[in-house]
Amino acid sequence: MRITCPLCGERDRREFYYQGAAVLLERPAFDASDEAWDGYLHLRDNPAGKTRDLWYHEAGCGAWVVVTRDTVTHAVLDCVLASDVASGARP
Amino acid sequence: MAELFASAPFAALLPLSVGSVELAAVDLGRLTLITPYKDREAALSKALQSAHDVALPAPNRTTGQAGCRVLWFALGQVMLAGPEPDPGLAEHAALVDQSDGWVTATLQGEGAEDVLARLVPVDVRAAIFKRGYTVRTQLQHMSVSITRTGAERFQIMVFRSMAKSFVHDLETAMEGVAARG
Repeated sequence: MRITCPLCGERDRREFYYQGAAVLLERPAFDASDEAWDGYLHLRDNPAGKTRDLWYHEAGCGAWVVVTRDTVTHAVLDCVLASDVASGARP
Repeated sequence: MAELFASAPFAALLPLSVGSVELAAVDLGRLTLITPYKDREAALSKALQSAHDVALPAPNRTTGQAGCRVLWFALGQVMLAGPEPDPGLAEHAALVDQSDGWVTATLQGEGAEDVLARLVPVDVRAAIFKRGYTVRTQLQHMSVSITRTGAERFQIMVFRSMAKSFVHDLETAMEGVAARG
């Protein structure tokens, strides 16, 4: 598996650490309902198809990236800096 | 009071020569990790230019030359290798002295690319990885910074604590290349 880091270019999967679903970027407001927090902390989709994960380029530039990939075809479709997603610069 | 003697991490290990490839220790001088403050990259580049005559490098690139080089080191981080950092740089960036944290070796000679190809998961061939290009990656399982400094010469930085494993892995790869190409 190869991931194209926005800074370093195409790199081997071994350089990356897998964190989990990219929902962690969508933290509910401090006073959000218990249901919202429960969902945020514990409930994950398990899609057959397109999914978005947070990966850490541990052995490279040290950037957190959001990787869009397809769990059916194993294709890696997109990879952007998590900071760009958090700031709204990228969807 | 006990008398303490400084000991270079590579002292008993390098230089090493196998076939046409040589591995030698190199002292880069002072190593300063520079982390620019938010939106201060341009001002930092200007300050670096006037103080040390080097610009801030783009990702995966270096500026300067032997004696005073700036290596891109990570997202939002560069390493100034050589001079004492100008105090004025601290206005635009956090400066951390890491001189004792890293050891540096030069791998050179015909087949140096083949030696690295056995150890790192990135393409270091000259057509892709030109002089002055730098990369942060893994050498076996060690985090390294690799920079091409010549046609058949690479500068490799590794954590000081891993000097012995580093030389062991390089030596094994150099022997493999010498035996089988």
